Formats: sequence, C-alpha cells, structure tokens
Amino acid sequence: MTMDLTVGANLFFWTTDATRGFYERLRAAPVTRVVVGEVVCSKRLPFWEHDIPLIVATLKDAGKEVALSTLGLITLNRERSKTKDLFDMGLPVEINDITALKHIPEGTPFWVGPLVNVYNEGTLAYLARRGATRICLPPELPLKSIAALCKAGKEAGVAVEVWGHGRLPLAMSARCYHARLHDRAKDNCQFICGADLDGREVDTLDGQAFLSVNGVQTLSAATGCAAYYTEALAEAGVSALRLSPQTGDFNGLCQGYADRLAGKIAPADLVAKLLPEAPGGRFADGFFDGPSGSDWQHPISA
Amino acid sequence: MMELVCPAGTPAALRAAVEAGAHAVYCGFSDETNARNFPGLNFSTEELTAAVSGAHKRGAKVLVALNTFPRAGAEKLWHQRLADAESAGVDAVILADIGLLDYAATHHPKLRRHLSVQAAASNPDAINFYAETFDVKRVVLPRVLTVQEIAAISKEINVETEAFVFGGLCVMAEGRCALSSYATGLSPNMNGVCSPASHVVYAEEGPDLAAKLGGFTIHRTPKNEPAPYPTLCKGCFTSGEQTGHVFEDPVSLDARHLIPALAKAGVTALKIEGRQRSRAYVAEVVRAFRAATDALAEGRDLPLAELARLTEGQQATAGAYAKTWR
Amino acid sequence: MSDHDQTIPRLPSLMGRAMRPLPLAPLSVTLSMLARRIATRHPGLFARLGQYRESRFLLDPTDLPFLLLLDLRAGGVKVSAHRKPPMAEARIAGPIAAFLGMMHGAYDGDALFFSRDLVVEGDTSAVVALRNAIDDAELDLAAELAEMAGPLKPFVQQAVSLAEKGSGVVLHRVDTLAGDWT
Repeated sequence: MTMDLTVGANLFFWTTDATRGFYERLRAAPVTRVVVGEVVCSKRLPFWEHDIPLIVATLKDAGKEVALSTLGLITLNRERSKTKDLFDMGLPVEINDITALKHIPEGTPFWVGPLVNVYNEGTLAYLARRGATRICLPPELPLKSIAALCKAGKEAGVAVEVWGHGRLPLAMSARCYHARLHDRAKDNCQFICGADLDGREVDTLDGQAFLSVNGVQTLSAATGCAAYYTEALAEAGVSALRLSPQTGDFNGLCQGYADRLAGKIAPADLVAKLLPEAPGGRFADGFFDGPSGSDWQHPISA
Repeated sequence: MMELVCPAGTPAALRAAVEAGAHAVYCGFSDETNARNFPGLNFSTEELTAAVSGAHKRGAKVLVALNTFPRAGAEKLWHQRLADAESAGVDAVILADIGLLDYAATHHPKLRRHLSVQAAASNPDAINFYAETFDVKRVVLPRVLTVQEIAAISKEINVETEAFVFGGLCVMAEGRCALSSYATGLSPNMNGVCSPASHVVYAEEGPDLAAKLGGFTIHRTPKNEPAPYPTLCKGCFTSGEQTGHVFEDPVSLDARHLIPALAKAGVTALKIEGRQRSRAYVAEVVRAFRAATDALAEGRDLPLAELARLTEGQQATAGAYAKTWR
Repeated sequence: MSDHDQTIPRLPSLMGRAMRPLPLAPLSVTLSMLARRIATRHPGLFARLGQYRESRFLLDPTDLPFLLLLDLRAGGVKVSAHRKPPMAEARIAGPIAAFLGMMHGAYDGDALFFSRDLVVEGDTSAVVALRNAIDDAELDLAAELAEMAGPLKPFVQQAVSLAEKGSGVVLHRVDTLAGDWT
C-alpha cells in the first residue's frame, strides 16, 4: 500500500493575504487532502474565518479532499458553539478536542486530529464505532505503537496518519506564552503571535534551540521530519503522512515528500533540500524509535 | 462538607493521610498504569488490599488512579489493574483514556469511575460526553479553569467535580503534553512520569549549579540558592531578548483561600497533589486542609497555616483560578 | 526558607572536630549490623528499591567528619565509614539532622531538596527510590538501637533522648498512628 499526503491545519497566525496565497498555491501541490481551520486560538478566527468557505471551494475545485478542524482546546461558550456549527457545513470535521464528540450527529463520519489522545486499540475502536474514518496519531507515539494501531485501524476501517513534517505540536495551555513574553495579558495580546510566522523560539540558557511557542501552543524548536522513516511507516500500514504548513516554498516541500514516497529521492537528498527553510534549522525524528523526541541521528546535508 | 482527596505514594503515606483527616485517599499501582510511576513509589495488589481495609475501617475512601494512556499492544496490563482494583474493594478508579473508560464501563460496570485530570475535560460538553457515554460519576477539573468558569460549568453538568487546591501545578493542559518525551523519551501519558529523575543531571559549572534534563539545561542557579527540580515547563529559558520562566515560575498551587468560592461554585471535592511526596508532607498538608474544610463547614474563618516551605520554589500561587494567570 | 523558621539543625563544628579521631572500623561494623537488622525487619524496604536494589549510595553528613557508604551490591547490606569518598552510584549530602529527620517522618525530602538542605549527585532516580523506600518503612532508629542493645536497652534509650535534646536531631519516629493498621 502506498501512502499519500495530507496537509494539516495551519497552526500559526498568518495575515489574510498570506493565508489566501498559501491555499491558492496549494491547489497545485501533490497532496490528496487538506485540513483547514483554526486549531490554536479562537481569538484569531475573526481575522480569517470569512475566508474559509472560499479556501475550501478553491481546494475542492483542485480535486483535494477537505476537512474542517475544530479548535485544539475548547473552553469558552463561544468556542463550544463554533465547534457545534462546524458540523453543519457539509464537510468532514477533524476533531482536535474530545469536546467535539458531544456535537457529532449520530452516524456522521469524522476525522481525528493529532491533538486527540489515541494511544491504543481500545480508543481507536471506540472512535471507529462512533464514526471516525481517519485518525492522525499523536506525534509522540513510537513506531511499535503506530504499527499496532494501523493493524487495529485496518480491522475497524480507519485510515491512520502520522506526523510527517513540521514543528511537533507538544502541548496546549490556557495561558498564552506569546502574550506572557510581551508582558501582556491574554485578553490584551494584540495578536503578537502573528509576528512569528513559524512560532517563536525558546532556547535553553546554554543557547540550545529547544522549543517554540505559538500563542497557547508549545511546539518543538526542531522541525519534525519523517524523511528517513517513510518505508518503515508504509510497512507499518500508515496510509498518509501529515505535512504541517510552514513559511517558504511549501509546495516544494510537498513535492519533496511526494518524490520520497514514490522512491524518486533518497532521504538524505530530501533532508538537504528541506534544510534551508526548516524552522529552527534542524530536524528531529526521535519519537519514532529514538531515545527522545528531539533526537536526530542522521546527517542534515547530503 | 467538602470531601478532601489526598495523595498517597506509599502505604505509609496513606496511613498518614487518613490519620491526618483525609476523607479519601488516591493512589496507584507500582507500574506504568498511573501518572506517578516513580522509583520506590506506589502499591502492590496486596498492599492496596490492606490499605483499603484499613482506610474503610476509619471511614476513609480509597481511589485508584489508572490515569495513563494504555500502550498499544499492551492494554491487558491496564485491564488487569482494573480487575485488581475492583477485587481490592476500592471506592473508585480514576481514568483518562477513552478506550480504558469504555472497557471499564463494559467489564466493570459496578466499579465507580472518575474522570482523571489527564483527560482535560475543560467544558460542560466534554464532561457531559464522558458522563453520558461512560457513566463517569465525578470529574477532576483541569487546572486551567477560573473559579467563575467552574461555577458556570457546574450549572450545566450532573456529575460531581473535584478541584486541585494544593501542590504541583501543570501549566499545560494535562494529558495533552509531550514536552517530557520530547526531551527524555518518557512522558506522563505513556510512562506515567514527567521530567523523570532518571534523566536529571545536576552539574556544578563555575559558580552555578546547572539542572539538566535529557541534556537540556532547564535551570542555572547560584550554588547557594534554592534549587528547583528541572521540571520542563518551570524552567528558565531565553527567547529573543527575554530570559526567564517562559512558561511558568517554579511555584506551586495553594488555593486554600479560594475554598469558600470553590464550594459556592459547586465543587464536591478538593484535591491535594503530591503522591511523590513523603508521609511528613502528606500529614502536614492534609491536617492544614482538614482544618480549613472543618472551619468552612462550621462557618468559621479559614485557618491558613504556613505551608510555603513545603512547596516547589517555596512560593505559592492561586494558579489559573485567577484569570490574570493567563 | 525565607518565611519559615524550620531550620535544619547543624551539629556544632566542635562536635564534628571532636569525632575526627574516632576509628572508623567499629563504626562501620555497628552501622552494618544496624542496617542488616533493619533489612530483616523491613523486607519491603528493599523490595521497593526495585532496580536500585544493588546500588551504592554515598551519604555525606556535611557536619560529621566522615562519609557513609550504603553498599547493596550482590544482594547484601553493608555500611562503611570513609574519610574520602568511595565510588557510588549516587551521593546525598546534607546535615546529619536532615537525613535522620527525613528517615523519621519529621521532614519532607523534596522540601529539603528545594531548600538545598540536601544536595543530590549522580543517579537521581536511585536516590528517589531510596527516599521513597525509607519513607514507607516507617523506621525508628532509637527503637532499633534500643532493641539491638539487649540488656542495655534502658541505657540506650536515655542516651538517645539526651542526644536528641542536646543536638535537635530527630532520632526517633515522630508520627505515630492511632489503632491497628495491619
């Protein structure tokens, strides 16, 4: 079985023009499906939600499968009602917070995003019974778990995806770190997260790149990269790799992974091609079978 | 009367908690099925059975945390522990994983189920989903909510709520954090540990003591200052021009003064964190909180004994219960 | 430690100096006997150490003129006193009162660590296991010593009580339980 590519929801806060341009260009990218929506912060939504129907139409017109994402951390009443409304839009919904399960109409198929805890067969089976048809696993899962879940997914009719490329989403909080770094209250953040298009880096006191913050979200500083694991993942039964939007030539990145899946390019060549635009300037793939998630044992240039 | 739910990492700590006035004690098995899977800690099945019988004789309940996310291919261990907990006669199990909740509701329908804070159910929809689907009777509220939000949630749900009032404080949504496995390969969700001691190195570097986790420097303190344990999210980092505690200061939660407000907000039970702490700690904190809940029940002013020296960073905060925290 | 008066007593340096010429061999023999006695009476303590059952722990009472090595290798229980630090998987340093107060349920290990009264080096995980195992064992050094002394029991009890008063060091278990918990 060959894998295909899914573009995940953009986790960062870009301007309306940048967002429109990104999805306009994505029409031409060799990806099968795209998840669109605001995952990180509901305060960002008013800036671009009116564009979402247009973005969806553009992508569908280019032959992509499209799903809408829920928020990753639903707390406020307006966030709850936004979540509910998503199910009326006639598109598959990718849930990124369990809260959404309360709102899914009986018998409606849905997708499950990487921020939902699917760690084992029991959870996968429950979600499948409830209508899940596609699950992107949490990035911290090792290859062994991925393989076990793919097997369970096959039995339950669920396609399993894994995080392929992009800064790894590691945590969500009620607190906004961008606002905190600027000594602002969350309610008066002035959308400062929009200044860091791939997240704001957080280094150790020794100057080692470690994490990055994106509003209420914390990601890795290194860019997660599955270039060296595409065969192992295909072998495990993974049906799609998820590519997470980042700045730079994203279509080129998609093409690189498409070539990698087709066996046209070696891992080292793909990595060398992606390095110049990789946020953080380094890669990590240790969650698959390394000693820690931040691990990377390969040369970064060919 | 608000129920006081207290931590026990060992049978000795459980005894100390009950003697100090705990209404209920929570604990876990000595393996990866619970989120305090620390060396030398927790209970064997035999120890649990004895502890339950002792606690019941004294009118205290025992709750067992099975609040990690079962490993794919190894769910049997968690299933076995559910059966062990039920045969030990525990009063409830505290679960986080959907698959495990589903299994427990099907195979152990009479075993009372609480929803762990690791499930991060932070609004009425999520809470009602767990209550309706898996017949969860109580929800441990995430430490990200304000008192006002808790009051609003209470109006929309029909299950009991339990709120943290003292101890270590997660700054991230619990059960949804992979910072620890990013740095060390071991995470709360999969292994029941956060910033594990096995990956901690303290190195004297010039005039400093550097506390490192998985090779990443988390703190650097002058040698004679209090040393925070290198818990990832409470580390000192640099971002651009800023250096400091980017995520959270090394403080811990003390919400004693909020107990009346939490009671008014509809909270059923108050939870003290700290299964990894000693019986001395448990006894002292439980006594202080029992004095507070007794005072509340009798309409007296709350006594506020000094507990700061017991806490990480030796400073306390009201955490997310105050909206300014965000 | 800023806003609280719980300070860990330090033995006066004079006392430490006075102990310096003491021969270490008899001390090692007595402490090994005591440790083996505890091991026999509290088998759960060693079970709790799990993978650290065979580790070496260096205890460095900073106000005493010697170091103690708790050596659990090969399933044994041995305590030896040293002038210079021997090899060990982990080292714990602090005033003797901190060690004994922690053992007797008077102080919390984490709190001592947060306040830097205790300093840990080497395998932190092994130290955590030891700390938890000892905490669960509910040890009472004074009682163990008195039992060990046989007919000299009353004399030992009096000596311990005098030593506690003089130094502020906790030598007996401070938390007691009402009723039968077994």
